[in-house]
Order: sequence, then structure tokens, then C-alpha cells
Amino acid sequence: MPASYGKEDRNMIIEIGGLPIEVQTSDPGFARLLEARYGDFVSSRVESAFSLRVQLTPPKTSDPDADAEVWLEGSDWKMQRGDFRARWNSATHEGEVFQSANPYAIDSVLRIVHTLMLAPQGGFLLHASSAVRNGKAFLFSGVSEAGKTTMARLAPPDVALLTDEASYVRKLDGQYFAYGTPFAGELGHPGKNISAPVAALYLLKKATKNRIDPVDPAEAVRRLLRNILFFAHQPEMVRHVFASACAFVQAIPVYELSFFPDQRVWDLIG
Amino acid sequence: MTTEEIYIAQSTDIACSTLGDDTIIMSTLDSTVFMLNAVGTAIWKAADGEIPLSRIVQEQVCSQFEVAEDLALADAKEFVGELAQHGILSITSTPHSPSEVL
Repeated sequence: MPASYGKEDRNMIIEIGGLPIEVQTSDPGFARLLEARYGDFVSSRVESAFSLRVQLTPPKTSDPDADAEVWLEGSDWKMQRGDFRARWNSATHEGEVFQSANPYAIDSVLRIVHTLMLAPQGGFLLHASSAVRNGKAFLFSGVSEAGKTTMARLAPPDVALLTDEASYVRKLDGQYFAYGTPFAGELGHPGKNISAPVAALYLLKKATKNRIDPVDPAEAVRRLLRNILFFAHQPEMVRHVFASACAFVQAIPVYELSFFPDQRVWDLIG
Repeated sequence: MTTEEIYIAQSTDIACSTLGDDTIIMSTLDSTVFMLNAVGTAIWKAADGEIPLSRIVQEQVCSQFEVAEDLALADAKEFVGELAQHGILSITSTPHSPSEVL
């Protein structure tokens, strides 16, 4: 889809989870990089209530695996990592990013900003692959190596992948929806830009046999909290995330999915 | 075992929810998560800073669970000591005043 360009700035709206953020840059090369990376998530909308201005700066360090720091300063969220520093104002819905021309920095900033926007609304980003089958979304969560990408790779053709890395969950009118994201893991390609009501959350465990067991609610909350992408460890935000996890578990069935990594595991899903 | 009374009060720096028999607690200071079983939940719910722990154990634990009182009290002291170390609740030798508890 074409980006909507202004006179001087190369502005484009990146819409993830139904939340459109206008990313403004004056660098045509960086704009092209964004367009290539976010593909179907570049929206044809002409305006957005949310905006991020990107200023390109020379690189300092660029370890995209380092932890980002996020803290509240006045009404601004500040965030930084070796390869970027940024601010986001939750009231005015605008922010700035200072980063080198690499895709990982803006990717991280977008993830953080989305978590900040989602938390007060009962939504979250989750370390999970997710997919839609028969009109329902299924989330497969776990720590690194638990099998998130494996589940995505094994998906049969009737399954639409939303992501193999970071699932996007929103609560709308009391119902939970999972959205596709451009945040890719080992699979290396973005998910489909679609959404569906969440039918179940599976906590992954590699095993020799396929098996599904229900998880007690408190244990489900504990394991869900472990996998929610959560950058801003500020008391109000912690309360939002905790409340979101508890509400989610009370609304959506949570199972442990012990699975042997071959296609038969998908016989149990959907 | 000391006979001195102790009083326990839930911290305000937490988020918590009881789901089924268990309670899950998250510290808003460092995001640490704790899970309490049914016995822990019974003690936690009574932690208002005004009732001595020995009475909580008597009324909430020994009356509901089959356990000797001295053993239950020793376990409860260890349990609340651990939670206090993480700032989840506070322990005092006198009852908390309502303003302290708030």
C-alpha cells in the first residue's frame, strides 16, 4: 500500500492492532526501509491521532537484544537502549525517537508505545505465536525455545499466522481479540494483518506426546505475567498489567499444551 | 518459640487477586509475583494489622485445616517473614493504627 507523503517529511501510518501511529521522518531511505519492513501494516489512512517523529542520529551501540529502559518523567514516558532514545506522551499521543537508521530501534519503540497504550485498556503484547483457524484466534505462549516458532512452522494451510513472536491482544467491548503483528521471530516474516476473537491461550511445553491440560487460574495468571511484554515497571502500569492478566484468565480458557513437534499437534487446535 | 505477638498488614505497594483457592500477588515496586495456596490465602486475607498472627492462625488456619496450632504458628511466622522480606506485607509487634494500614 502506498505511504502518504507530505512535502518535506516522508510520513507513513503504521497500523498495528487497529491503532494507527504516524511515523514521521525526513529521510527517504529510512522511509523506504520502514515501508519494506512494515509492508501490509502501512495504512492507507491519511491521518492518525498518534504520531512519532524519528530523528536519525549516528549510531552509538546497537545491541538490539539489550533490555530497553522505560521510565515516567512528568507526563512523558522516556525510553532508551544503546541504539535509541525516545519519549512518548500518553496524553497528547505524540513522541520523538532519536535513533540510527536501523529497523530494530523503531521496532522496539513501537512495541513499547503499543504496550503503554494497551495497558490501561486491558490489552497487552505477549511472547506468543498466534494464529487464526475457523475464525478463532489461538495463542501459543512460552519462554524462549518453548516452541512458539515451531507451532507457527507446523501450521497447516488453513491456518493464518498472526505472528511467531509477539502476539497482540486487545479488549474491545469486553471481548478479547488477537491481531496480526509485523513483529517477527525466527520465522523472519510478519504476520497477516487480520484479527479474530481469542478462543484459547496455550502455554507451550515440548514433550514426547501431544496433550492438553487445563491450568488453574492463579497459575495461569502467574505464567501469563511471565510472558507479557512489559517494559514500564511503574506502579500504575504494574497494576494495569496485573489487572489485565487476571481479567484475561477469567475470560479465556488457558491450557498447557504439551506437544511433540510435528504437524499432528494442530489436530488438537481449532 | 517466642510467645511475643506479631501483627501483619498487607502492603499498599501490591496488586493482588484471589482466583479459586489461591491468591496471586504482584509487587508494584519490583514486579515480583507470589502465589499463595489456600492456607496462605487465609492468612493473607486476615492481615489487617490489627489481629495478632496467633489469632489468625487459630481462627483462619487451625479451624479450617487439620494442623496442630504450634506447628501452624511456626509455619505462619516463616511464611509472613518471607513475604515481609519482599515488602509484600509488614510485621510489627504492636497493632497498626488505621492510618498506618491505609
